[in-house]
Amino acid sequence: MAKIIGGLTTSHVPAIGGAIAKGLQQQPYWKPFFDGFLPVRAWLDEVKPDVAVVFYNDHGLNFFLDKMPTFAVGAAPEYRNADEGWGIPTLPPFKGIPPLSWHIIEHLVEREFDITTCQEMLVDHAFTLPLKLFWPEGECPVQTVPICINTVQFPLPSAKRCLALGKAVGDAIASWDSDKKVVVIGTGGLSHQLDGERAGHINKAFDLKFMNSLIDDPAWATRYSIHELVEQVGTQGIELLMWLATRAAVPGRVRKVHTNYHIPISNTAAGMMALEAF
Amino acid sequence: MHCSAGESIPTLDSRPIPGTTLFDGEQAQKGYALNKMCFSFNGADNRKAFKADEDAYMRSFGLDDRQARAIRERDVLGLLAAGGNVYYLAKFAGILGLDVQDLGAAQTGMSKDAFKARLVAQNAQSEAFNG
Repeated sequence: MAKIIGGLTTSHVPAIGGAIAKGLQQQPYWKPFFDGFLPVRAWLDEVKPDVAVVFYNDHGLNFFLDKMPTFAVGAAPEYRNADEGWGIPTLPPFKGIPPLSWHIIEHLVEREFDITTCQEMLVDHAFTLPLKLFWPEGECPVQTVPICINTVQFPLPSAKRCLALGKAVGDAIASWDSDKKVVVIGTGGLSHQLDGERAGHINKAFDLKFMNSLIDDPAWATRYSIHELVEQVGTQGIELLMWLATRAAVPGRVRKVHTNYHIPISNTAAGMMALEAF
Repeated sequence: MHCSAGESIPTLDSRPIPGTTLFDGEQAQKGYALNKMCFSFNGADNRKAFKADEDAYMRSFGLDDRQARAIRERDVLGLLAAGGNVYYLAKFAGILGLDVQDLGAAQTGMSKDAFKARLVAQNAQSEAFNG
């Protein structure tokens, strides 16, 4: 059976793409963010996952309001990045792994998750930039399964539901008849708000409590409704749902490989965690 | 306010969050034409067509007067009030060469430098969570 080696979570601000393209990683503004990835890359070099299952949220590249799935699972042989409108460089296509996609899809529907399946799916910065941060050199070495959770249009799925989704995805991976090593990735957050008079909202104490909870009390955030979470972490901070799903996909206890938290990158409190499965 | 673990999740919470409009079904209906136009800005040719004749481009998407005025006036809060969603509006901002910190400054009535300085100052927030 396939083995889940751990979970990685990171923020996915578009400006990161510009910084990578311009080679700004060691500039004082960016260094505290990019340096956080160095120990994680060393760990990835050691454990060498074959596949990444990525929880992310689309920002209006693949999905529009005409059809807005709550949960969408990619089932394509490759996933293309495309112009998002602001001129950050487009990255080369990412490899898919349809046999695992369909195994996850079948398992999720059997577990009563009414998902949308996508045999074509453009992936935006929320999918591409984290992969580039974890594997900066050359072509992305892992095959991928993107799983998109709606954070554009309310109502959003609850924290409790996203945790259950993650658990079901983890069970699916663990029951996949393959010798591949799988890492689960969640992108987005942490606290930030782009819209309204409350733009610029950041909640350091909540972010740090949330990060700690993922290590040994992953269900902690499910005590909050979506409304309460938005109140705490902002309209875009709600992307922490991807982190919850990721943690839930990694079974049992985890060991902290590395974590990083830095305010601000763009308008965002940037967080990163690497958790290894026991 | 939160429910303790094990209780059911509260639903349909309508308490206002200051300075925040949740993009719900009501906003999604109101802002459909505006957001559809902004979604089209993923394409370079569409951005070019908008820049060549903004009014004609807006008409082709059926923006209402309030939405068209907010686009003409580059009024971020007005665009949100007219049903705009920030993820799509960001593509309009991209055409204007504005980033999310410009948007933040515009919405809070601060200069961009002051808005950025306020973000950096958030580092000083307490780390103690009292939820």
